[in-house]
Amino acid sequence: MGLRFDLLLFTIALLSVPVLSDLILSRVDRRIDLTSQVVRTTSTLKVENAGSDLVSEVLLAFPDSQAKHLAYLSASSTEGKGKAKGSAVSFPVEIVHPKGMPPALTFYSVSLPKGLGKGDSLTLDVLVVFKGALQPFPEKITQADIQLVVFYETAYYLSPYAVKVQSLSVKLPDARIESFTKIENTKIHGSEIKYGPYENLPPFSYSPIVVHFEANQPFAIAQELVREIEISHWGNVQVTEHYNLVHGGAQSKGEFSRLDFQARPHVRGASAIRHLVAKLPPRVHSIYYRDEIGNISTSNLWGDHKKTEMVIEPRYPMFGGWRTAFTIGYSLPLQDFLFQSDGKRYVNISFGSPVNEVVIDTLIVKVVLPEGSADISVSAPFPVKQGQETKFSHLDLVGRPVVVLEKTNVVPEHNQHFQVYYKFSSLSMLTEPLMLISGFFFLFVTCIVYMHADLSISKSSPSYLAKLQWDEVQAAVQQVRNIINRCLMIHDKLEASLRDLSRTGDVQACKSARKAFDGLLKDLSKDLKPLLASLQTSPQAAQILPKVEELVGKERDLQERMMAKHSTVVDSYEKKSSGREIENRVALQQQKITALRQEVDDLLDLIDEI
Amino acid sequence: MQRVPSYISRSVAGSYDNEAVAIFALIFTFYLYIKTLNTGSLFYATLNAIAYFYMVCSWGGYTFIINLIPMHVLLCIVTGRYSSRLYIAYAPLVVLGTLLASLVPVVGFNAVMTSEHFASFLVFIIIHVVALVYYIKGILSPKMFKVAVTFVVSIGVVVCGAVLAVLIALVASSPTKGWSGRSLSLLDPTYASKYIPIIASVSEHQPPTWPSYFMDINVLAFLVPAGIIACFSPLSDASSFVILYIVTSVYFSGVMVRLMLVLAPAACIMSGIALSAAFDVFTRSIKFQLPGATENSERDAGETSSNSVVAQNDVAKTEKNEDAVKERPSKKNRKKEKEKENVEKPSVKSQIKKKLLILPLEASIIAIFLLVLLGAFYVVHCVWAAAEAYSAPSIVLTSHSHDGLHVFDDFREAYAWLSHNTEVDDKVASWWDYGYQTTAMANRTVIVDNNTWNNTHIATVGTAMSSPEKAAWEIFNSLDVKYVLVVFGGLVGYPSDDINKFLWMVRIGGGVFPHIKEPDYLRDGQYRIDSQATPTMLNCLMYKLSYYRFVETDGKAFDRVRRTEIGKKYFKLTHFEEVFTTHHWMVRIYKLKPPKNRIRGRAKKSKSKASSTTGTKRIGTKKKNPWH
Repeated sequence: MGLRFDLLLFTIALLSVPVLSDLILSRVDRRIDLTSQVVRTTSTLKVENAGSDLVSEVLLAFPDSQAKHLAYLSASSTEGKGKAKGSAVSFPVEIVHPKGMPPALTFYSVSLPKGLGKGDSLTLDVLVVFKGALQPFPEKITQADIQLVVFYETAYYLSPYAVKVQSLSVKLPDARIESFTKIENTKIHGSEIKYGPYENLPPFSYSPIVVHFEANQPFAIAQELVREIEISHWGNVQVTEHYNLVHGGAQSKGEFSRLDFQARPHVRGASAIRHLVAKLPPRVHSIYYRDEIGNISTSNLWGDHKKTEMVIEPRYPMFGGWRTAFTIGYSLPLQDFLFQSDGKRYVNISFGSPVNEVVIDTLIVKVVLPEGSADISVSAPFPVKQGQETKFSHLDLVGRPVVVLEKTNVVPEHNQHFQVYYKFSSLSMLTEPLMLISGFFFLFVTCIVYMHADLSISKSSPSYLAKLQWDEVQAAVQQVRNIINRCLMIHDKLEASLRDLSRTGDVQACKSARKAFDGLLKDLSKDLKPLLASLQTSPQAAQILPKVEELVGKERDLQERMMAKHSTVVDSYEKKSSGREIENRVALQQQKITALRQEVDDLLDLIDEI
Repeated sequence: MQRVPSYISRSVAGSYDNEAVAIFALIFTFYLYIKTLNTGSLFYATLNAIAYFYMVCSWGGYTFIINLIPMHVLLCIVTGRYSSRLYIAYAPLVVLGTLLASLVPVVGFNAVMTSEHFASFLVFIIIHVVALVYYIKGILSPKMFKVAVTFVVSIGVVVCGAVLAVLIALVASSPTKGWSGRSLSLLDPTYASKYIPIIASVSEHQPPTWPSYFMDINVLAFLVPAGIIACFSPLSDASSFVILYIVTSVYFSGVMVRLMLVLAPAACIMSGIALSAAFDVFTRSIKFQLPGATENSERDAGETSSNSVVAQNDVAKTEKNEDAVKERPSKKNRKKEKEKENVEKPSVKSQIKKKLLILPLEASIIAIFLLVLLGAFYVVHCVWAAAEAYSAPSIVLTSHSHDGLHVFDDFREAYAWLSHNTEVDDKVASWWDYGYQTTAMANRTVIVDNNTWNNTHIATVGTAMSSPEKAAWEIFNSLDVKYVLVVFGGLVGYPSDDINKFLWMVRIGGGVFPHIKEPDYLRDGQYRIDSQATPTMLNCLMYKLSYYRFVETDGKAFDRVRRTEIGKKYFKLTHFEEVFTTHHWMVRIYKLKPPKNRIRGRAKKSKSKASSTTGTKRIGTKKKNPWH
């Protein structure tokens, strides 16, 4: 309650301060909305110029204790009167330090571009949003307790101008009201407390009031939120939001009992954060919700063509003072957010968090532009701290320019669009694919060059020559093997023709086949000769030569025997010998042929191994 | 290889473990060993030693390498296949490998001290002796050589005898004979359950069931015998090594489920050999017949022989199947089968040789088609197994109910809570199964974790869990523990919770601190938590933390895992307070109450005894610190 004493003290001090301006507030209506964790004060001021000079600014005063919670302030006026209201015109607001004003006050000045002439009046709508102005009291509660908060305000409008008529209404959530300050003309009407009307009060009138009431809505505060908006000109805007969330209400103490929480959720743990709703733009896709240990499975998504809503549930219900951290990410189509004007491109995207119940202590928005963007400028509807970074991603050469915007005390009212202007040539999009293509191209080219070029240093060194010779020998041996194999194949076919003979008895066909094979075999043996000759001359072949020669000899032997057998069989067919007779005559030859064949096969394997 | 379910079981993201790396290292070491053996290049030998070092770094299973390779070397020497290549492959590996291995902190001097490595040194000596013999044989005349042999052998026997005696004396002086518990439990499958409950308590250390073989290896189980036969047909150094590898790994996998992992690559190699041999035969016969297909004579000839070939094929197949079937029921028969296969080998070989070129076109095309189909089905099975059995991360459980999939994400809920809502340097005590998870996901220090080297520490936690509340509080407080985490499945029916593991805690705790006795927790030899349970059981910390306020959920306290009502329903915790319980009650976290809350009661007592001697104090500390 020390605060109240302070306020009283400086109220007394204020009374002696003279009025600086000729403005008079003929009527002030204030409505304070306490139904959520942010305090929204909507004041309608009717400003009258009682002096003779043109007045171009209106001062709004807040005690420092309130000003430090002030997150958002806007002043606007609707032109026209009554029901025929025109569009609202908002006026620029800035913080000023006028001279001769009492201490412990913060002044904001609303500039009126047209000015206010003598005797003119203007209706000014001022919306002020305070963050963290509700203080939990008591500060620590158990799971079973309800959360009570206190709120300090003045019953009289604090202003450097005299106020003729004023009233104040405080809207509370539909719950118990613990206590509130009663002064004259105080009425309570359901969940709304009304002060006033009060008439003809001098400047800097002040009468502190305190409201102590039950507020069970969750106090979700993001201590830090980093939004990363990555633009890809291939058609995608990737938004990644890292939340660092804390329940800013009354601290939880004592045991947490899941049993109580599940059995009587609205009594035990009424102020816990169960879920949050993120309102995402339409046509959003590839949404994820995770934290550092993986996907969080408790989320739900639905949407239509106007909006998409995602209900995200933290891993555990959050009680006062509990913390959590998570990341949500989603992709948006590029054409909804990227536009072009005057040869420049600009991104037009919302600033704040899509989760409306969350207030943010520090919000950092990073807009990652494609590599090669230049001439970057930012236009935001409210002052933010700007910076630049460079981010390296895959295949980046110089890095992507990143615009960093930082703002403290962010409330849902800040959820407005801001623009980042930059220049970017569509051709730069192709650099990365081209880089990849050329990289692979050069890789293959080097491979081709390496395979085809002879990289040995000395062409006359003995080892090089030996290698060359050895290659030759190997090639020759390979050819020999091929020829032998073909010979063997012909042998098989000869055998087959013999079988044919035994089946059909067609001697002529068999003979003609024999002739054809003879010719083939002769050709093959002709081919074999130069190969053998070359092998004999080569010194490298010394080791393998005997085997090869043996192989060739054996093959020739086999060939002869085969022929002999063939002739025998054909002969006997011509003589019309019986099948048994033929078999008897051939049996011996057949045995030798099989044995030779075996040897040839073995030799082939042997040469293979060498 | 990458598809084998048992390998997947260790390499999917959910349970990525160092074994996934280790198996690569294992296979790479073997590959380099064989490469060295084939080329005789010192370069590969060095690489081999480095690969071995990599393996030692990654997994304790490196002892498998250091025993398998000497076995193979010994086999080569005994079968007279000694060559300089073998020497080059082995000697540098032992010297460099041992030096490098002792650089790894966990191994250190164990690399030369424990029995697991003795085999390699013994073989190292033997290979030197053999090398010497071969060298002498090279420079001496045959006659001189005979003389030298008798000389060397007589001296060698004496020296070997002396060395062996020293070794045996050394080894016998240590209680476990120099073998670590795990290795011993491999050699003697009943060892662990007798002496080291902590090793036996791990489900992975149990012997596998037959379905798990089929689940993990599937078609490969049938291809492996074929691969063994294919290996024998040209028996080289490399193929004998592969055979040795498969035989030992089959044995090891039979002892422990976990070592199925070692079997998997071996089975893959084997079936790869089998498939490649089969494809070789089939494609060659197709290639031979395609040009001659136009000739009728050819085809007739083929057909005449085809019948017999098909018959032979069938015979061979049934033989293989029989082998596979026999392999299932008994492992003891394995050796016999080996012999049988050996006997079969020449006949099969000659059959193959004969029919190599005369397999009919249609048969071989169909066979290739069938093999491809087999492979395709295997791929399907592997994908299915990977998706259904192994991809489900063990910390996120799912259940199918009538209204769709239900996810139990309680573990991560608890870990996330710990990581965000406790102090960074708070210590969390839980059973060691959750140690690594807590460290990684909650980023908190744990008392015991899945690295089970320190048996005493685990026993301390086991003791605390099986002690009454006050004693447990003192143990935990002395360990500077702030939070105690228990896993409780009784509400949703999650069977592998701490109550079911509790008997192991008692056993492990009792193994080190004898005042915890297993029979105290059993009623007539039965483990129960209902009204028949023993008072020790009903008063132990684990019971209390698991069932605290459980009765209020349904009024009866019906445990859905044990399918019974619990014994003691209404009780209060005096030294612990519940700070967090997850959505399905699967993880419950308790905080140790600060000492001042409970000192009042004790202060009175100690005041009354204030005049007593310090002797009581000593007794008191003895009781309270059971681990001293």
